[in-house]
Amino acid sequence: MSDVLVVSEHRRGELRDVSLELLTAGRELADALDGDLHVAVVAGDVERFADELNRPGVDRIHAVENGEEFDHTVYAAAVEALAERIDPAAIVTPNSVNGLDYAPAVAERLDVPLVADVLGFEYDADGGLTVTREMYGSKVETTVAVEGDRFCLTVRGGEFVPAEGVGDAEVGSVDIEAPESGARVKGFEEVGGGDVDIADADVLVSVGRGIGEEENLDLVEELADALGATLSSSRPIVDNGWLPKNRQVGQSGKVVTPDVYIAVGISGAVQHVAGMKGSDTIVAINTDPNAPIFDIADYGIVGDLFDVVPELVAEFE
Amino acid sequence: MKVLVTVKEVGEPDDDFEIEGTDIAASDLEYDLNEWDDYAVEAAVQLAEAGIADEVVAVTIGPERAEETIRMALAKGADRAVRVWDDAFEGTFADVSSKVDVLEAVVDDEEPELVLSGVQAADTAFGATGVALAERIGFEHAAVVNDLELDADAGVANVHRELEGGIEELTEVDLPAVLTVQTGLNEPRYASLRGIRQAQRKEIAVTELEDLGLSAADVESTLTLTEMYEPESESDAEIIEGDAGEAAGRLAEVLRDKGVGA
Ligand SMILES: Cc1cc2nc3c(=O)[nH]c(=O)nc-3n(C[C@H](O)[C@H](O)[C@H](O)COP(=O)(O)OP(=O)(O)OC[C@H]3O[C@@H](n4cnc5c(N)ncnc54)[C@H](O)[C@@H]3O)c2cc1C
Repeated sequence: MSDVLVVSEHRRGELRDVSLELLTAGRELADALDGDLHVAVVAGDVERFADELNRPGVDRIHAVENGEEFDHTVYAAAVEALAERIDPAAIVTPNSVNGLDYAPAVAERLDVPLVADVLGFEYDADGGLTVTREMYGSKVETTVAVEGDRFCLTVRGGEFVPAEGVGDAEVGSVDIEAPESGARVKGFEEVGGGDVDIADADVLVSVGRGIGEEENLDLVEELADALGATLSSSRPIVDNGWLPKNRQVGQSGKVVTPDVYIAVGISGAVQHVAGMKGSDTIVAINTDPNAPIFDIADYGIVGDLFDVVPELVAEFE
Repeated sequence: MKVLVTVKEVGEPDDDFEIEGTDIAASDLEYDLNEWDDYAVEAAVQLAEAGIADEVVAVTIGPERAEETIRMALAKGADRAVRVWDDAFEGTFADVSSKVDVLEAVVDDEEPELVLSGVQAADTAFGATGVALAERIGFEHAAVVNDLELDADAGVANVHRELEGGIEELTEVDLPAVLTVQTGLNEPRYASLRGIRQAQRKEIAVTELEDLGLSAADVESTLTLTEMYEPESESDAEIIEGDAGEAAGRLAEVLRDKGVGA
């Protein structure tokens, strides 16, 4: 009655890391609810994925063979069918681009509350579920109490440690009937190729919206030159067309792990941090002492980039 | 076809802000049109300019203050707007399903063939309303769209969905549909002076729950914001003090130590 159903995610033949993290989150939640942990794997090479998902703490794996890649019609139908069978208290999906393409629909269909971008949770039988999540671009954290004993959570990647080891879950295959999809995937395209690969750079000077105007990019270009660094950026700079897509660091851009990453006028939104938190040394220059980028920085200057950057350039000339 | 754009006014915290109860003090927030919705409005206006959309209607759930923001959407080219508000929303943390209750009723009235929403609202960052709405009203959908070509004759939208890691999914979506719009889809325009003047004469229909056949009980939220706090900084960052020159000097030392610029 109080089971947990985790829905795993894969793409182009690879299980995505967040799937193993959700096993940990799902197990924690199942323990709190005193229930079993079920894991769904939908489409693709389900047998191989089921093998990989079979980690300690998983009670049952449901393999739904249906197509190769993600299709929200199939995912929603599969989760609905499994929910009918298992009657889980909690449905847990990744807070990924694909997670957000079906989880809200599933929650709506099953008429259960949805909490998105969940960082953590606590459950007690009297008080019910309380979820931790951020608001206002990670500037504040909140707790949210969820009414009722059924819910759907989309969990942020990188918040739970991936489950490790070999488990002894029961693996079963499930046939579902999915209606014909009205959203047909025609293919994939890789973007962001071109002259430079910022992932190869040892030192990155990365510029964000704090730069204000396109003309001001000269300033950070000078800094990159003076340091022998490569120039990268946050998303808005690329959205504005000021730098090409191959310079974008983050969830939908490149993941970089340079020796030194210098964030200039970047707030440190979660989708940006996802792409650079593995850097050896992180430097942040930002006027806002509360900017989340300082939480992951090793060195910080709270100051105006238009004052600091020219001085820094001068130091290296 | 008629295009409905969902827009939200969001508050962006000042560098210095206070938390009052379970929200940031209103005086420490700058209110603006949600960044993602700005791209959704632009997409809708471009469809109108291309002769594909014959009417663009913006809908918001928001208090009177939001009128200034929705006016911006009108100044950028939306034809008219619907602003839904009710005392029932005051001081609550609306859940996805309550918002969808409202938007469903507006869709019933307006009968659009395409609904454009932003991927997420910058303040609450749920990223769920558009897709939940699609499910409720029986529309097809696609989340996180960063390229859109509408083939009205074929009744489909050809979109790119921006996945993680620089990969885009190319998808054909049957109309009617809800698309959630990602930044970068287009270049949102600034409102022209003429647009701003015209917007003054455009209609914003102020609508209460009752007008939509809904009651306060229908939109009662299953979620309660119980606490808001500034996250405990886990940072062990060395914050370099001093004026710009001094700070740059110290940082240069650190960087040289790491072999940068050598
Ligand atoms: C699905 C999805 C995917 C996304 N993918 C990515 C991604 O891959 N990469 C990415 O970066 N973002 C991504 N985003 C967007 C992300 O949420 C943020 O909107 C974005 O990272 C903000 O960029 P920023 O820090 O440059 O701008 P802002 O958040 O606007 O921050 C600007 C910063 O500059 C500072 N500043 C202003 N003036 C000055 C000055 N004179 N001197 C010094 N500092 C100053 C401000 O204090 C502020 O902290 C994604 C969002 C979504 C929903």
